[in-house]
Amino acid sequence: MLLRRPAAIRPSEITPPEVYAGRRRFLGGALALAAATAAPAALGTTGPTGTALSFRRNADLSTSEAANSWEDVTGYNNYYEFGTDKADPAANAGRLRVQPWSVAIGGECEAKGSVPLEELLKPHALEERVYRLRCVEAWSMVIPWVGVPLGEVLKRFRPTSKARYVAFTTLRDPAQMPGQRWPVLDWPYAEGLRIDEAMHPLALLAVGLYGRVLPNQNGAPLRLVVPWKYGFKSIKAIVRIDFTERMPATSWNRAAPGEYGFYANVNPAVDHPRWSQKTERRIGAGVFAPRQPTQPFNGYAREVADLYRGMDLGRNF
Amino acid sequence: MRAFGLGGLGLGANPVAAITDTLGLWALRLLLATLAVSPLRRLTGQPRWLLYRRMLGLFAFCYLSLHLAMYFAVDQGFDWRVLLEDVAKRRWITLGAAAFVLLAPLAATSTHAAQRRLGRRWQRLHYAIYPATLLGCWHFYWQVKRDVREPLVYAAVFALLMLPRALGAWRRRRAAAAAAAGYIEVRADQSSGKKRSSSALAR
Repeated sequence: MLLRRPAAIRPSEITPPEVYAGRRRFLGGALALAAATAAPAALGTTGPTGTALSFRRNADLSTSEAANSWEDVTGYNNYYEFGTDKADPAANAGRLRVQPWSVAIGGECEAKGSVPLEELLKPHALEERVYRLRCVEAWSMVIPWVGVPLGEVLKRFRPTSKARYVAFTTLRDPAQMPGQRWPVLDWPYAEGLRIDEAMHPLALLAVGLYGRVLPNQNGAPLRLVVPWKYGFKSIKAIVRIDFTERMPATSWNRAAPGEYGFYANVNPAVDHPRWSQKTERRIGAGVFAPRQPTQPFNGYAREVADLYRGMDLGRNF
Repeated sequence: MRAFGLGGLGLGANPVAAITDTLGLWALRLLLATLAVSPLRRLTGQPRWLLYRRMLGLFAFCYLSLHLAMYFAVDQGFDWRVLLEDVAKRRWITLGAAAFVLLAPLAATSTHAAQRRLGRRWQRLHYAIYPATLLGCWHFYWQVKRDVREPLVYAAVFALLMLPRALGAWRRRRAAAAAAAGYIEVRADQSSGKKRSSSALAR
């Protein structure tokens, strides 16, 4: 009787002698590969990429604090349309098509309609502004944005006297934004400002970062930057701007009204119900750097505190 | 890989948060692994699984301690006021702190000597791993901002591991109740002069 028992070691499992003899080279290769993949993240050697923009630097409105590295700004993002992990947007935002792009203007204004991005920007000169960014999760960065003043863009559409608020809407397309396949938030993302906030010179419509066109994970091709408010107010990939008479619904406020207000001004005196807002961790400062105190209005109180005179900021958080 | 904290040098832009979160996640995973030992033993009939239970439990406590140290020492810079305020005011930190307080005596009494000294009370004390793990899952659930999918997976694993225990406890209780009923029946039978009773069935 012939017993067909499989050999204990299959031929496919046997290491060929030339590979075995070259095991040191193999190990060296594996180590080099590991070092090559780890090094850029560890040493910060990847520089800015993307089309360079021409702009003038607005030093008056820029902080002198050191800006965060390109890797930190483009690799650590909250952009739930591409996933809820901080690394997800950089990994998944590649499928977003940012050209052609147009913005629908509507509501209480005289010049309604769809405006191609190029036309939206054409009359304005790009400026660079280095702003602090304070996330509601109690971390912060310093980012050199390139953009145009929001108020000057909005004025061109001649808002009527009924326009008391401005509502912004992000693109909704689960095919391009895989995070939208799951209702983490009520898609599309929506944000809003009071009209006087929107007209404030610090409010910026950004199209660039570090002198280059915005990477997709940072809100390309057009995003809002409101430096005195928590980061979630600064809506990304804007496709609609509406002037409204009533306060518009906003995404995080709708998701958890007790935790995220419409105003969302940076305020160390008003804690998030689940964590303190008194201090923040500056990204890039290193593991052993202490947290730093959070400033009222993220350090822009001199410029914007007047907008909220007489308001109870504990109730209107 | 990154999701499991195995990325090596890839700690990202916020290493303090990455390290703290990873340590906490592994503490919870190891607690669940500890709880998996008994069901695995019963499922496979292999008592050898028990050899790993103490080690897994102590690893869980080690990761939990490092998680706490990361938060208190590195992130908050040994600021006692922040610690006390967080434990008092932030529900999810209260839960995490409670889990640590529950587990510390378990780690302290993990030796054979303590086991002998405490006798039957040792087992009762070590049941604290159940509420502690529940608090750990809850702590994670309340910590995330909006996307609760991952915390719910951990809670589901916890529920799955507790299911055979709950069933076992329910069966034991029913058997005990039946036995008690049978005992009364026996006495009733005996008083009426009958020799055999249904109590044998109940047992």
